[in-house]
Amino acid sequence: MDSALLSPAGAAADFSNKADPMVPRPFRIVRRLREVDGCFTLVLESLDGRPYVFRPGQFNMLYVFGVGEVAISVSGDCRDPNRLVHTVREVGTVTRAMAALRPGDSIGVRGPFGHPWPIEEAYGHDVLFVTGTIGLAPLRPLIMEVLNRREHFGKVVLCYGSRGTHDILYEKQLHQWRGRFDMQVHVTVHSAPSGYRGRVGSVANLVKIARFDPEQTTAYVCRSETMTRPAVQALYERGVTADRIYVTLERNMKCGVGFCGHCQMGGSFMCKDGPVYRYDTIEHVFSVREL
Amino acid sequence: MERTAPTTGHPTIPDPVVLDRDGLDALIDALRGDGYTVIGPRLRDGAIVLDPVESADDLPWGWIDEQDGGRYRLMPGDGNAAFAHTVGPQSWKRHLYPPRQTLWTGRRDGRGFTVDTPTDPAPRQAFLGVRACDLAAMAVQDRVFGVTPHDGRSAGQERFTDTGYAARRAAAFIVAVNCGRAGRTCFCDSVGTGPKAAGGYDLALTELPGAELPGRGAPAFLAAAGSAAGAALLARLPGRPAGAEDRAAAEAAVEGARAQMGRAMVSDAGPLLARNLEHPRWAEVAARCLNCANCTMVCPTCFCTTVEDSTDLSGDHVERWRRWDSCFTVDFSYIHGGAIRQSGLSRYRQWMTHKLSSWWEQFGTSGCTGCGRCITWCPVGIDITEEARAIKDSEGRG
Repeated sequence: MDSALLSPAGAAADFSNKADPMVPRPFRIVRRLREVDGCFTLVLESLDGRPYVFRPGQFNMLYVFGVGEVAISVSGDCRDPNRLVHTVREVGTVTRAMAALRPGDSIGVRGPFGHPWPIEEAYGHDVLFVTGTIGLAPLRPLIMEVLNRREHFGKVVLCYGSRGTHDILYEKQLHQWRGRFDMQVHVTVHSAPSGYRGRVGSVANLVKIARFDPEQTTAYVCRSETMTRPAVQALYERGVTADRIYVTLERNMKCGVGFCGHCQMGGSFMCKDGPVYRYDTIEHVFSVREL
Repeated sequence: MERTAPTTGHPTIPDPVVLDRDGLDALIDALRGDGYTVIGPRLRDGAIVLDPVESADDLPWGWIDEQDGGRYRLMPGDGNAAFAHTVGPQSWKRHLYPPRQTLWTGRRDGRGFTVDTPTDPAPRQAFLGVRACDLAAMAVQDRVFGVTPHDGRSAGQERFTDTGYAARRAAAFIVAVNCGRAGRTCFCDSVGTGPKAAGGYDLALTELPGAELPGRGAPAFLAAAGSAAGAALLARLPGRPAGAEDRAAAEAAVEGARAQMGRAMVSDAGPLLARNLEHPRWAEVAARCLNCANCTMVCPTCFCTTVEDSTDLSGDHVERWRRWDSCFTVDFSYIHGGAIRQSGLSRYRQWMTHKLSSWWEQFGTSGCTGCGRCITWCPVGIDITEEARAIKDSEGRG
């Protein structure tokens, strides 16, 4: 232990931070959209008049009064500080209670937290998004921002997979993106009814057929931990190197500011250092069980 | 925030003085007079705990402890010393980062709600008898809670400060005690944190030898100031100027403790554990570990917490509480679908690698200060120094 650590007693001088990161800000639900089965989108407006500024890839702790709090990525446009958008899947107590809220109800917001997707690092490159099912929700702000800055990138490619034809998230938006001349959109489903004319198979297969220059590509992968590995493997096979691949990971995010310890993975607090990581910085942890 | 502390602006540190038992009493009186709650070592429930003390009479005069893996016993010492005991089950974190704290309260308001945060000022606490290992632990937690800067991995990112911790820390007056005796689970010397307090205190006391020898000398304490506030307080106390022999006796006492260290941590434990995440030793220690979480509760640097939301019967009033948590519980790593760390092995590994290895990455320091509490209070006597050494020795054989 270095001696510089031992600073004089009462070392705190000015700790009057900004707003207390542990205290939720009240927001009002202004719209509620039904998404695919089990998913819904909330559009929120701040009740304290302060704008909400975030960067793509960041998340909030959303609080349902009297029920509890849960970490949810922001899914809206980072250029609109007056409308906070979250797409949520009902999986637990808090998200089920959240599903019952209606426009006019309030919700608590702490955030934004976490390390965002890097964007400038991909300038001059082709950009490849690899995601599936609800993974498109945390990726959408990034896709929107890349399209906002379209002139800085080469090809822009989205590879998206879902389980079936019934759970393709943001289907309307996928059609809009596909309609653009400056974006490739590949969609695949794992199983489909007979007569389905789209692509059937894994997202990794989409990576194999997508057109991009592997040596000049930055890939953003937003999948579950188990599905990240085959996606990265497919990228490796195309020749994209680990230092050009960004992935997200998931742990138990609780406080959002690195105090509670729950989201640690090795030396990383996922709520501060993640959830977005450059793959080469965390590749080793994928090989250790239960880290 | 600047690293410079507000208390370092004084031109000179006055010379140490020697206090007798009345002087120690006067110290406690003066602190109480200044509005501090003085918290120090007291006998309770068969242990020496950190409770409020009202006078020097409340200190555990004449008691020492015997500690070893899974063992803690109090016994009369050979004399009448106030601080011949070593660290007990509690550390100062319970007074700087209490086990349960209200974060905020909420009230339903139509279809919305309002949130209130507690506005109580930080309590004025004076800590009497802070050992070097525990001072180091405070410095570690200062980094964890964003009070002092560090060069850990999150240094370049947005830094949050826990305002409650920072306020309690800033309000605290610290009277350190240099150890004149070490226990069998002590290993501060090997991790460079003790047994002498290197800084971070307002006053430091060294109990002069003699007091613990029957029939020889009355209690006497060499008192040195470490801050302007400490110097100002010292000037108000009845003491005699310390002579060269007093200083030499104090040094000798500390060196005596250094020579008594019951255990030692291997060097470079951080990189050692980082490259041995799949070592067979983890399974061996996991077979002994009860996953009881004692080590995390007694550790002076363990900081993990969880929150509890409670609602009254009407459903209109809620409170969010933060309470200490432990990485030894299965729930700790729960995400939808199950816990990440299902096995006891992975949970023990998380604790020990965090303490000795990934702490460096996060905060630029070890999370272990060599206090030995985790060894003493482990019901099955698992010894963090022994576990680290076992892995190191296996490499040597490798």
